[in-house]
Amino acid sequence: MSAKENKHNLDTSDCQTAIELNDLVHVYGNPTNKGAQLRFDNWKVQSGQQVFLYGDSGSGKSTLLNLLSGILAPQQGSIKLFGNELSDLSNSQRDRFRAENIGVVFQQFNLIPYLSVAKNIELAVYLAKSSKQDLQASIKQFVSALNLPSNILNKPVSSLSIGQQQRVAIMRAFINSPKLLLIDESTSALDNTAKQAFMSVLMEICQANKTTMIFVSHDLELKRYFSLHTPLSSFCQLSHQSENYLDKEEAN
Amino acid sequence: MLTSIAWQSLVSRRKTVFLTFLSLVVSISVLISVEHIRLQAKESFNRTISGVDLIVGAPSGELNLLLYSIFRMGSPTNNIHFDSFTMLKSNPSVEWAVPISLGDSHDGFRVMGTNQDYFEYFKYGNKKPLQLSEGEVFHGPFDAVIGSDVANKLGYKTGDNIVLSHGIGHTSFVHHDQAPFTVTGIIAPTGTPVDKTVHVNLAAIEAIHLPPKKLAQLVEASQMHGDHVEEGQAHEYEHNHIEQNQVEHEQVDVHHAHNHEKEHDYDEKHSENTHAPHSHSAEKITAVLLGLNNKFATFTLQRQIDNYQNDRLMAVLPGVAMTQLWSLMGNIEKVLQVIGSLVLLASLFGLATMLLATMNERQKEIAVFRILGASPKFIVYLVVLEALIISTLAIVAAFLLVTSLLTLLDGWLTAEYGLFLNSNVFTQDSLMLAIIILGATSVTALIPSIEAYKKALHSQLSVH
Repeated sequence: MSAKENKHNLDTSDCQTAIELNDLVHVYGNPTNKGAQLRFDNWKVQSGQQVFLYGDSGSGKSTLLNLLSGILAPQQGSIKLFGNELSDLSNSQRDRFRAENIGVVFQQFNLIPYLSVAKNIELAVYLAKSSKQDLQASIKQFVSALNLPSNILNKPVSSLSIGQQQRVAIMRAFINSPKLLLIDESTSALDNTAKQAFMSVLMEICQANKTTMIFVSHDLELKRYFSLHTPLSSFCQLSHQSENYLDKEEAN
Repeated sequence: MLTSIAWQSLVSRRKTVFLTFLSLVVSISVLISVEHIRLQAKESFNRTISGVDLIVGAPSGELNLLLYSIFRMGSPTNNIHFDSFTMLKSNPSVEWAVPISLGDSHDGFRVMGTNQDYFEYFKYGNKKPLQLSEGEVFHGPFDAVIGSDVANKLGYKTGDNIVLSHGIGHTSFVHHDQAPFTVTGIIAPTGTPVDKTVHVNLAAIEAIHLPPKKLAQLVEASQMHGDHVEEGQAHEYEHNHIEQNQVEHEQVDVHHAHNHEKEHDYDEKHSENTHAPHSHSAEKITAVLLGLNNKFATFTLQRQIDNYQNDRLMAVLPGVAMTQLWSLMGNIEKVLQVIGSLVLLASLFGLATMLLATMNERQKEIAVFRILGASPKFIVYLVVLEALIISTLAIVAAFLLVTSLLTLLDGWLTAEYGLFLNSNVFTQDSLMLAIIILGATSVTALIPSIEAYKKALHSQLSVH
């Protein structure tokens, strides 16, 4: 175990390629679409790039996010993140890698509802086992950068609006200075002005931190914030063995 | 961090958590109480007799002899000759011998005839001697020393007159009302059957069963001389009583073969070593308590007594008989334990159900933990910890509840039931109990934990 750990050492130092997919195949195991296969061609994302990834519902977006974040283990082929082969990592090593290197923001339900905002952020720090000396200072910085009210930290999550929750989730994602940020914004729950504010803040922080970002959406209107746009269908094909064409996992 | 998360999670579901907590408090309280009462019963049982090496009585069962001679329960099947007592007392390995005679009662409390040696040699608990809280031991023939329960329940003080009844029931048709006894002393509470006993002079037991005429003379004489009593007479009149109350009569159906007419000297200074064989009035007694100077002689003496030719005798070792008796009660003890454990088990299942029922609504929360890099194990720890927090709080609350109840009800329990319960429930055993409960909680919490683990393992980010 320790030898293996040493070998990989979760090394993320200066690697130009952030994401590299090679002959990746995911076979769905759940009963509704058993046997359906998701095949990924080779795909690369350079470090520090922000990619707008779009595609229809059921095209495999969520599966890709699960694979990239290491929640799903690759069954065939390889996923390399910053030079680390995910399929070589054990389950707990992938969990650890995710905690330390990947930030994820959903559209909804990003936070543990019964913890305060501050506790939610501390939880991320705790799970990444990072020893932040100036945690309070950087939280304060984020609070002002994200236009959040300064008294938000001690509020219960349930009293926050969805937009505020999303911004807290961004703050939490950035608190461990992740190398990779995965954002899921497939449908928007925000009104236009809030959306604009959210996007500009997000892009600003990403560029300032040189964070690699995969932004998944089917809202083509958001395309304009990005210089790189990739349709998922350009490197990903779904093949079915049965008549059941619906990717139930995504359709619900 | 984990503890604080678990705590916040419980607080967020405070209503269901509180109900589960209450059900645990109730069941743990039941378990603690049962366990406590069981231990206390065992303790008070084991402190009933101490320092007595052999109990000698008529041959019957060992338990029977122990029950009637020490616990004042049941009735002696037969009596032994007083001569056997003198024989035992003169045995070189016997340090002391105390005769006891049972069969009468006073208002439901058993009356025991004995001599002053009883107060000197009978021990309870950890070799504690009997102590008088009031008055002094009996000197005259119609003096009585009563246990603390007798005094409390019937409201007697020293100097009060009491009338003994024939037989051991609460109601008796035969009262020895010609010969009232005077309470001269009250024994401090011991938590043993001594508290429920009226102790009188052995000679008086004999005397009150004399024919009325004889007795009247005797009472008169004793009133005139104060501390003198005449030797008893045969009292065949017992046989004529229609209301004879079963076997316990037999022990007082004493036929006096000889009339010694010797006077007793009850002065304390003489009481110890002046027991000439004929200075005692009773012809038959129920049992003899023996103390030996040499413990190694116990078995030899027991064999000698069992083989004694002139009387039918049986000797038992109190310790052995007590162990036998407790092993009988051990079954009740086990039943109580099983019931208590089942109640606890039911509550723990309630706890597991509560945690399991919330698992579906926690699916999203588990997904958030997962994307933050929490391993499925972390989720399992979280669920087990939540269960442990609830049951730890329940254990603490149950201990406080039982302790305060025992403290509050202490006086009432002692007064009503004669139960001497120590209100300190924090013993090594209860610590063990707490550990067992926590262990059982962890095991039952595995049911929702496994569910959480599965959810954590299969939870995926969903783009919705």
